[in-house]
Amino acid sequence: MNSKYHKVLVLGSGALKIGEAGEFDYSGSQALKALREEGVKSILINPNIATVQTSWGVADRVYFLPVTPYFVERVVEKERPDGIFLSFGGQTALNCGIELFKTGFLAKHNVQVLGTPVETIINTEDRELFARQLSQINVSTPRSQSARCLDDALQAAEKIGFPLIVRSAFTLGGQGSGFCSNAEELRELSINAFSYSPQILVEESLWGWKEVEYEVVRDRFDNCITVCNMENLDPLGIHTGESIVVAPSQTLTNAEYHKLRSLSIKIIRHLGIIGECNVQFALDPKSEDYRVIEVNARLSRSSALASKATGYPLAFIAAKLGLGYGLHQLKNPVTAITTACFEPAMDYIVVKIPRWDLNKFSGVSHEIGSSMKSVGEIMAIGRSFEEAIQKGLRMVGQGMHGLVANTKLNFPNLEEALVHPTDMRIFAIAEALELGWTVEKVHELTNIDRWFLGRMQGIITLEKKLMQVASVEMLDRETLLEVKQFGFSDFQLARLIYNPGPDDIETRQQVVRYHRIQLGIVPVAKQIDTLAAEYPSETDYLYLTYHGIENDTSPNQSNRTIVVLGSGAYRIGSSVEFDWCTVSAAGKIRKLGYRAVMINFNPETVSTDYDMCDKLYFDELTFERVMDIIELEKPIGVMVSMGGQIPNNLAMRLHNAGVKVLGTSPESIDRAEDRQKFSEMLDMLHIDQPRWKQLSTLEEVERFVDEVGFPVLIRPSYVLSGSAMNVVSNADELRHYLVLAANVSKTHPVVVSEFIEGAKEIEFDAVANNGEVMFDAISEHIEFAGVHSGDATLVFPPQKLYFETIRRIRKIARAIAKELMITGPFNMQLLALNNEVKVIECNLRASRSFPFVSKVLGFNFVEAATEYMLGRTPGYLPPSMFELDHVGIKASQFSFSRLSKADPVLGVEMASTGEVGCLGTDFDDALLKSMLSVGYRVPQKSILVSSGPLRSKLALVEPLRLIERCGITIYATRCTAKFLAENDVNTIPVAWPDEDSQPSSIELIGSKQVELVINIPKNLSREELNNDYDIRRATVDYNIPLITDARLAAAFLMAICNKNINTLDLRSWDEFFETKQ
Amino acid sequence: MNKQKVKLVLADGSEYSGYSFGYFCSTAGEAVFNTAMNGYPESLTDPSYRGQILIATFPLVGNYGVPEGITEGNLHRFWESDRVQISGLVVSVYNEDFSHWNAAKSLGDWLAEYRIPAIAGIDTRALTRKIREKGSMLAKILALNDVEWHDPNSENLVAQVTVVQKEIYGNGEYRVVLVDCGVKNNIIRCLTQRNTTVVRVPYDYDYTDEDYDGLFISNGPGNPKMNTATIAVLQKAMKSNRPIMGICLGNQLLALASGADTYKLPFGHRSHNQPVILKGTNRCFITSQNHGFAIDSSTLSDDWDVLFENANDGTCEGIRHKSKPIFAVQFHPEASGGPNDTEFLFDEFLQLMVKHKQINK
Repeated sequence: MNSKYHKVLVLGSGALKIGEAGEFDYSGSQALKALREEGVKSILINPNIATVQTSWGVADRVYFLPVTPYFVERVVEKERPDGIFLSFGGQTALNCGIELFKTGFLAKHNVQVLGTPVETIINTEDRELFARQLSQINVSTPRSQSARCLDDALQAAEKIGFPLIVRSAFTLGGQGSGFCSNAEELRELSINAFSYSPQILVEESLWGWKEVEYEVVRDRFDNCITVCNMENLDPLGIHTGESIVVAPSQTLTNAEYHKLRSLSIKIIRHLGIIGECNVQFALDPKSEDYRVIEVNARLSRSSALASKATGYPLAFIAAKLGLGYGLHQLKNPVTAITTACFEPAMDYIVVKIPRWDLNKFSGVSHEIGSSMKSVGEIMAIGRSFEEAIQKGLRMVGQGMHGLVANTKLNFPNLEEALVHPTDMRIFAIAEALELGWTVEKVHELTNIDRWFLGRMQGIITLEKKLMQVASVEMLDRETLLEVKQFGFSDFQLARLIYNPGPDDIETRQQVVRYHRIQLGIVPVAKQIDTLAAEYPSETDYLYLTYHGIENDTSPNQSNRTIVVLGSGAYRIGSSVEFDWCTVSAAGKIRKLGYRAVMINFNPETVSTDYDMCDKLYFDELTFERVMDIIELEKPIGVMVSMGGQIPNNLAMRLHNAGVKVLGTSPESIDRAEDRQKFSEMLDMLHIDQPRWKQLSTLEEVERFVDEVGFPVLIRPSYVLSGSAMNVVSNADELRHYLVLAANVSKTHPVVVSEFIEGAKEIEFDAVANNGEVMFDAISEHIEFAGVHSGDATLVFPPQKLYFETIRRIRKIARAIAKELMITGPFNMQLLALNNEVKVIECNLRASRSFPFVSKVLGFNFVEAATEYMLGRTPGYLPPSMFELDHVGIKASQFSFSRLSKADPVLGVEMASTGEVGCLGTDFDDALLKSMLSVGYRVPQKSILVSSGPLRSKLALVEPLRLIERCGITIYATRCTAKFLAENDVNTIPVAWPDEDSQPSSIELIGSKQVELVINIPKNLSREELNNDYDIRRATVDYNIPLITDARLAAAFLMAICNKNINTLDLRSWDEFFETKQ
Repeated sequence: MNKQKVKLVLADGSEYSGYSFGYFCSTAGEAVFNTAMNGYPESLTDPSYRGQILIATFPLVGNYGVPEGITEGNLHRFWESDRVQISGLVVSVYNEDFSHWNAAKSLGDWLAEYRIPAIAGIDTRALTRKIREKGSMLAKILALNDVEWHDPNSENLVAQVTVVQKEIYGNGEYRVVLVDCGVKNNIIRCLTQRNTTVVRVPYDYDYTDEDYDGLFISNGPGNPKMNTATIAVLQKAMKSNRPIMGICLGNQLLALASGADTYKLPFGHRSHNQPVILKGTNRCFITSQNHGFAIDSSTLSDDWDVLFENANDGTCEGIRHKSKPIFAVQFHPEASGGPNDTEFLFDEFLQLMVKHKQINK
């Protein structure tokens, strides 16, 4: 088919944030691939520089610009596309598109919205329009009615029937909301709710109903298919992004499955969707009654999951449908011989489990519910639920080994933990069943279907059986096979049978593995082929299972296989950037004539697209599973340095098992990872580092602190979940922390480090070959040192580093590379104060900033590193960073607004969920674009400042003076106001939240009178942070931009004074390199 | 649960060991696979599976139990016939516990009730791959004793599943003679919901003297060519101008009656996801299918058109007479189990009857 479109604009989703994450890199990449296949020129706007979709050869042209109407308009005017895709970039792209449509801009410029019409999207976005649309075709939505007085509420209740949910309109954080099951309760609840809001919403309660989703596709010929249905294990009330989800549904009869399927198709037809859409249902667990909860008329997290679960490339097909194809005119790319107009038949079950990182935030509640808090997810595949759920709980990470055989969690109130779900509820269920609570009782407390609980009960039964066994040799083949089919890892077996100590577990695990293999119990690789083996499939999209007797795949004899280990679940500190690294590495491996085998289990990634490599194992990244795959594939080498910390941690064990680890030797990796060894090496090389010590008594710590002075950074050596790094600023706090929080002792030592304030922090990325640094990229943080490097705003090339500092950094890098004989990627974090350079950390792997520096330089670091690791030499080297005519700035995206009550302050723990990177003609240009990309807005009238310690006050004086001259009103808290007055900057003083006088800072925020809040804590001590928590939290809750670092605040204020938004550089990525003189 | 070992033996000599559930006994039949992900109560009671040992490619079977066999107007409310029709069931994972508001018993207990053996713990994907490559083959599930191989296609299966005597359903305006070659209950439900009275007759019944507005030839098991009596009556009936609709075996019988030929597919179509294209249009429908034989469309006479075609393998999925109100489909518009996207074909049939009745008033 010859497309009638010549140039199509695709809107990306920007930085990863809670609720809008890596899945949109996958969907955007697929859309761009579809355009390329059709010979349509593609333009992409996405400031997320770490994505695969913004990499070389995916789109024809990339703009690292904010996905906001202003910038999209400018790009449209410049590029003159004839079509635009809005549905591949999440809510960000959709909202932007709707606005452009409403203002008539798209029509005026003859830009056709491809796929689902915008009117349809609007109908699905507005709750009322949506309910009206569905009632036209007799499809039920939850019944609800608004009430302005108690009588109204009681009347509504009569009409709708109990149980009910009462919500008060226009309040934050669900104040005044609740559940009631009779008129008396409703009366009480309503009176309370009316005290918060003049209007309340009385809605039927579907609490405990099953939540089921369908992914539906429709083409312009009205052909409809449902690609996948999914059942939430957690019943309604918990956001689907927070739920454990299985596909296909497991507890629905044929009648229920097809009733909901037919409704989905009826809805998609009525709404007129062309492409993909997701329909969420509530299904009564006691009848076939249902409600439609939501329709998402775009690619979504669920559609990405459905794609990976079935193998059906939803986004790719949706893009083709948008270009005018019919489903029947497209081939199913998995089989390559059957049509795309079909519904995948799975012969396995998938389980999706969310990944939370709530421990990274202070103040946030661990309860899960109707809003999303998770930052990533995993997908586990098995041929039984037991196999899949245990795999999945290992994949999530966070130290769990499956449903059982974990470190005891000790729920203080188990019943509470079941009724009020938290991120740990699945383990509370396990504990309840272990204690002998019946499935029935757990069902009553959780509403989770008995079938799922029955499966978990089976796992517990086996667990107890294993605990009675004295040695693994006592298990016969049949029992051991059954245990493995129930998803138990060798580690779990070892722990349950031997209950070994930490030093012994490794050996015991080897004993289990040895015995198992002796008995011939090994997993088999099965294909995901979309048709349950009905047709042959050439695609090697695989998973491993113990429910099988034959492999669907045969090892390749070519001796050219390289296994690339992926990055696992997206989490704070490791996300799309490592996916970019592994995808780049796999691509290069193939280009060099090798076979790339990928292992990863994250459904939100591009690396788990089966056509990115020669073979994809969608499976665990545990030592056991990686070894299973290595034994099947017999690779010549394994790449552990591209997927971040998970594969990096496997290096030594793989090496000890005789596996060839490519690049830098695992012994060297260990020398960099082990704090003690690394420190000794730095001393030997005469490289400076912040002073630190591992200490086990309070007295030792106090002595050390006397030596280095406050503040200090304290890391406990063993933390149950999450990390509890803390900065301590005075003796009282120190004592409090060590005794209460860290429980310091011989068995629980703490690491105390000197915390250097006011220094510059530097990020060093490089690639070495045989101990020689081949090229590097040096970026500097805008913030003061102390902000986690993953949260800091990065500038590359550095704009304010002394030449001498750079020279010293490079000298250090050369020494370390030589000592560790590095081959491949590596990264260092350093501190510089007056040219004194100290090394904080060194990772012998690709880092978070690799895609950023690669794209700013126009040179793929990962591809070059891959060449060296395979013993080759890249054809050319990158330009020197001094020769760049542009500046790149990487800014972080925070999701505090999603995490109610979390303190939105930056510190030593990373808190950002994503990032963007923008290129600019100069620092201000790049900074402004990158900050606008992560949600900052340019204040027009007034800002609120509390400027913290003296050095912050000093850093802010000049910028504030300029801002005042620009006519912007500055509200300042008392001390700040006084200081600024002394320096001839006029402000309006405001009261702290706990003061009574006017104007109050909180009111200014609540009434949105200020457009930017700069709030700098004096230090990172708990006490100080508590002081102005209320200001920061209110700022986030009222969706006002917040800056908590003085240097970043100063840079932003200077940039908005120096630049006008209308004068920003709108060049595309390639143009930055073309225009070089 | 005390697991009793049984084994599955295929005609090519391969053996697979597993655990017994359902009835503990040996059985023989033709092994076929179905790729549907649910709908086992419907499949297992579908008379078209008569004589077959069914392999479920979806690994988890029995999760929601089996509904009670309630009768409603002479029809089982939830089942497709009044008994389990398969000869044996092969699954990967079976759990005795089940969960559903509408379940009365476990799949295992239900099968035991009908003395049907089942085997779990089998790599059903490996089996499916074998059958895909070598074609459907005879199989046995062996408990204690060995049994003879049994080829269901060599016998008159339709005679085993057809109704014994004429039965009447519904009370609608249009009278449909339904030739029961092993009809699924949902066909009767789909017809009676559309203002018809259904006269269900045995497969070899001569209905040509009956008073009717439309003729319906049902689905059913086995080789269509075995049904010579049904074909002979049908040939007589086709001379009249009254509307005829056929489903599955009914489709094949109409073709045979018109002089065309049928053949055995290597491993058939048994699934809920078969795409069929309405010939000459851009419309493609997802259908439920269960058949091992197909019409050879090259043998259709000039009076007939291919109505539907399989979008994957191009096989004939339905035929239509060029001048008479006769059409038939290879798939199952009545679904149950599977998607009901083509249920509108029953409306088409009704429309043909309405039109015919108007003309012949």
